[in-house]
Amino acid sequence: MRISTFLYTLKQGFKNIFRNKVFSLATVATIASCVFLFSLFYAVIINFQNMVMKAQAGVAVTVFFDEGISDERIQEIGDLIKERVEVSNIEFISAQEAWDSFKEDYLGEYVDTFGDDNPLEDCASYEIYLNDVSMQDSLVKYLEGIDGISKVNQSAVAATMLSSMNSLIAYVSLGIIGILFFVSIFLISNTVAIGITVRRAEISIMKLIGATDYVVRAPFVIEGMILGLVGAALPLVAVYFVYNRAVSYVRERFEALSSLLQFLNVHEVFVTLVPVALIMGVGIGLIGSYFTVRKNLRV
Amino acid sequence: MIILDDVVKSYSTGAPALDGISLHVEKGEFVFIVGDSGSGKSTLIKLLLRELAPTSGKIIVNNTDLSKIKHSKIPKFRRGVGVVFQDFRLLPDRNVYENVAFAQIVIQKSAKEIRRNVPAMLSMVNLAGKYTAFPRELSGGEAQRVAIARALVNNPPILLCDEPTGNLDPRNSWEIMKLLEEINKNGTTVLVVTHNSEIVNAMQKRVITMNRGVIVSDERRGGYIYED
Ligand SMILES: Nc1ncnc2c1ncn2[C@@H]1O[C@H](COP(=O)(O)OP(=O)(O)OP(=O)(O)O)[C@@H](O)[C@H]1O
Ligand SMILES: [Mg+2]
Repeated sequence: MRISTFLYTLKQGFKNIFRNKVFSLATVATIASCVFLFSLFYAVIINFQNMVMKAQAGVAVTVFFDEGISDERIQEIGDLIKERVEVSNIEFISAQEAWDSFKEDYLGEYVDTFGDDNPLEDCASYEIYLNDVSMQDSLVKYLEGIDGISKVNQSAVAATMLSSMNSLIAYVSLGIIGILFFVSIFLISNTVAIGITVRRAEISIMKLIGATDYVVRAPFVIEGMILGLVGAALPLVAVYFVYNRAVSYVRERFEALSSLLQFLNVHEVFVTLVPVALIMGVGIGLIGSYFTVRKNLRV
Repeated sequence: MIILDDVVKSYSTGAPALDGISLHVEKGEFVFIVGDSGSGKSTLIKLLLRELAPTSGKIIVNNTDLSKIKHSKIPKFRRGVGVVFQDFRLLPDRNVYENVAFAQIVIQKSAKEIRRNVPAMLSMVNLAGKYTAFPRELSGGEAQRVAIARALVNNPPILLCDEPTGNLDPRNSWEIMKLLEEINKNGTTVLVVTHNSEIVNAMQKRVITMNRGVIVSDERRGGYIYED
């Protein structure tokens, strides 16, 4: 396309928007609410995910061994576990280490009662860290089947709860966003259709002069895309300024959970959110206007 | 240049608007088309622009067979046929210069060509002093001259005019007709649909008379035939 044609198209696109202020505003508002909700849910979900990940990092499955097991067998079991895909990290805790940390944590000044004996003589263990808590069950089953393992301890209540809450939020938000998405497309489509009606005369002249379908249609598609872009940019700005306040509010309100509530900073959220939201806005504009133009501008 | 062979055009209702029209127009001719209201003159113009497709028969314009033309080829075809209407059809929100430039922009001419062609065309129609006027500030004669400039700026070999003087007083009507004659002298084939008997009789051009969808007379140097 020639630059002069492109500039003309762009100018006409803007003109359409201003000629049709009420509908343009309604459209921008709807797209804005769609993208705003999307941004909101996205921020919540990504933070949740972050928390889940942090929580998971501290969640371990612990395995204990049969009495009198040989060191070689323990080594073998360790190698087997390492091969599993769901395992991110594995750590051997010897009986001595277990006893030392127990003494430190619980006995304090009573340590001497036990002399040099180690009551946890058979309590060597592996602590296994997972990539993803949801795979924990299958791993536990596998571990229980291994010869030489006497007991498997798991402790992941908090993490699995967070994880399932996260998917609940994701589903609900997907539903709401989906509805708004269709409302936006519907409104864009109406706005563009009105623009086409208003400009019937001009369009028919263009066609008689010999403008291609492409040139006739482009301003309306551009109109839709501009509306989509503006509709996406506004809520992004709003979310940018609201985000930090919301985070500090939640922190204050739920101080007791402060170790769990680890928020991402606004830039970490926006790195992905900005391109996704803008593409979403422009995409809504493009889809809505493109199909309307196809339907209403048959030459 | 223009060939019609037994062309029939029926709208969904009523008798056919054109009922078996055969016609040749050579390159460089000036032709008046006259006839009562409803005789099918505008329908003929629409067929020549491929705004409508014929129900049957063959139409060839500028070596393009319009009964077979593909949808995607229509824009290119139309660039070879300028058209002017009774109601001017200027864009009210654009000034004289922009109205003419519009015709070049929409067929994607370069800015350089536009800057060269538009002023040339506006001086040809004697509107060099009115570039920035808006259509509402023009007389009917001026508005029609802008429309003619717009129709010709892309340099089509054929110009079709559907009652170009229908909204003009006698003096402006004459001015427009003289302009069309001059355009024809420069090589453009011109077809003019009109009800203006005085001008038709005075100009002594080829006159095709239509009645109820058929051609009832076709005179080399004709006059306006009254039929009532
Ligand atoms: N879109 C249409 N649908 C149905 N019938 C139509 C349509 N357009 C024109 N007609 C009919 O076709 C016939 C020819 O119409 P046309 O407009 O070609 O006449 P005309 O010679 O241009 O008349 P005028 O001098 O009044 O402009 C008329 O009977 C008219 O009613
Ligand atoms: Mg007519």
